[in-house]
Amino acid sequence: MEMPTINSRAQQMDAEVISNKRLGAYNHIVLAVNEIATYAKPGNFVAISVGGAGSSMVLRRAFAIYRAQIRPDGQGVMELVVAPHGNGSKWLASREPGESVNIVAPLGTAFGIPTEPVRALLIGGGYGSAPLFALAENLKTKGCRVDMVLGASTAAKIYAPLEGKRSVNSMTLTTDDGSAGTQGRVSDVLPSVIEQNQIEIIYSCGPMAMLSAITDIANRFGVMHQCSVEESMACGIGVCMTCVLPVEGRDGITRMVRTCIEGPVMDGSKVTWSKSREIPDGVWGK
Amino acid sequence: MMETNYTFDFSTALADRRIPNPILTASGTAGSGKELSQFFPLSDIGAVVTKSIMLKPRSGRATPRMAETPSGMLNSIGLQGPGIDIFLENDIPWLVSQGARIIVSIAGETVEDYAVLARKLRAVPGITALEVNISCPNVENRGQVFACNPTTAREAISAVRRNIGGELPIFAKLSPDVTDIVSIATEVVDAGADGLALINTILGMVIDTNTMFPRLSQKTGGLSGPAIRPVAVRAIYQVHAALPNVPIIGMGGVASGRDAFELVLAGASAISVGTATFGNPTAAISIKEELENILIEKGFATFHQAIGFAHREEI
Repeated sequence: MEMPTINSRAQQMDAEVISNKRLGAYNHIVLAVNEIATYAKPGNFVAISVGGAGSSMVLRRAFAIYRAQIRPDGQGVMELVVAPHGNGSKWLASREPGESVNIVAPLGTAFGIPTEPVRALLIGGGYGSAPLFALAENLKTKGCRVDMVLGASTAAKIYAPLEGKRSVNSMTLTTDDGSAGTQGRVSDVLPSVIEQNQIEIIYSCGPMAMLSAITDIANRFGVMHQCSVEESMACGIGVCMTCVLPVEGRDGITRMVRTCIEGPVMDGSKVTWSKSREIPDGVWGK
Repeated sequence: MMETNYTFDFSTALADRRIPNPILTASGTAGSGKELSQFFPLSDIGAVVTKSIMLKPRSGRATPRMAETPSGMLNSIGLQGPGIDIFLENDIPWLVSQGARIIVSIAGETVEDYAVLARKLRAVPGITALEVNISCPNVENRGQVFACNPTTAREAISAVRRNIGGELPIFAKLSPDVTDIVSIATEVVDAGADGLALINTILGMVIDTNTMFPRLSQKTGGLSGPAIRPVAVRAIYQVHAALPNVPIIGMGGVASGRDAFELVLAGASAISVGTATFGNPTAAISIKEELENILIEKGFATFHQAIGFAHREEI
């Protein structure tokens, strides 16, 4: 009989906050974890309980893992970049070192790493850039050329730490208000970046509208596109069925699939972006 | 046997079936168990109540399907699932292989659907009981909520009873969104339900004050979580008072052993854990342990003694 392979490395644990620093519009939070640090891959996410005991916030919040590693002293650490915009993320962003939070991780799919050195473009929207830096390091160790495009509404919302910049060959910034880089959206600069660098694969993480626009451009250039989607979830572990998107399977049939289990990293060309807020005609079971 | 020094009997009866403890998953919050089996052995809880299965594959509703609310959430999944044939082929054998006790939840669009589902399940080995979901709020019109009308509630349960045969106990899952839940409960028991599952979610709505539109794509959804627990306690208490010999699977916002105990005191013979699992994958296990400790502390020798204990006469 088939054994469960879903999230087979995931564990639930209380993780102590080692540090919590404000960086621009975001908080960089470091959590002490166990060996799950070695299992977490770029693209995986963590589901965190918020609000403390007796909180009226009953659902976990999902965050992309920025980085996870075992430190030289043997301590496993998991780093997150949190945008405090709702009550749950604000609660998390106000945790002090020494406090603990309950986490379930690592969850979901990870970015696929090519076996051959390729020319990769990493695209992040807002704090969506967070998981891309660990991905960039992985790709560099595989001999890939790594270019990066980051976009946000304004300069303070671009997340690009210094050490992250070191792992990429080129960095292009766009902001809606022109306060950093090119004024406009990432999709405005994409065609030229793809052409100039002869990009073979795109990895992206950010808002759905951005992922949809990138998919169109990637399809036009015939470039593979792995994107990390952000659909609101209640559980993060595949039981609530709230985080679905219409996605075409290997059998050519489009189904409403859970982005927490079959994602968050998905093949952008398989997602029915134009009807992601509907049940498109032809979907299995419509 | 439990490895304990005391002789507390935590088992409970669902009609003529006995299960080793009264904690179940709530239908629609545990899939068919696979995802949760990563976090605890499914055989550790009383039974897995599977997500309501329909005759045919179903895509469910468009997103957004979810909105968090104070101490709760709205969901509008719309019974997404693979249909009974794939479910019987894949999910039941897998659950049996895990040593899980299984309560299959079924949902239909017509009375005939319920009859066909019951026929398909009649001879399937490994099933402890059937939960007949006649109260899913996420359907196109309220007329389709069988449990909102005594006549349609009776027809659906009667169709299952006639087609399932006399062996498998059936529990009718009712909606609290009715004027008189006792009359609906009496009707379905008369139609052949061995027990009741109380309560399904409550129809609710959230409007996003930024976009100034309803938050859910289909506007309304089912409210669950601790916010609805007093409604569950009231419904279970009223029904148990009227039908003291009918076993009730109680559910509605149970997030701790204390909450489960409250529903037991009202009259529940078993407790389903639902929304709490979304916030904590091991909620069912901690609730089970907490409930057992509370019952022992309160001096009960058996779980059975505590069922409906709030109905006793004051001395």
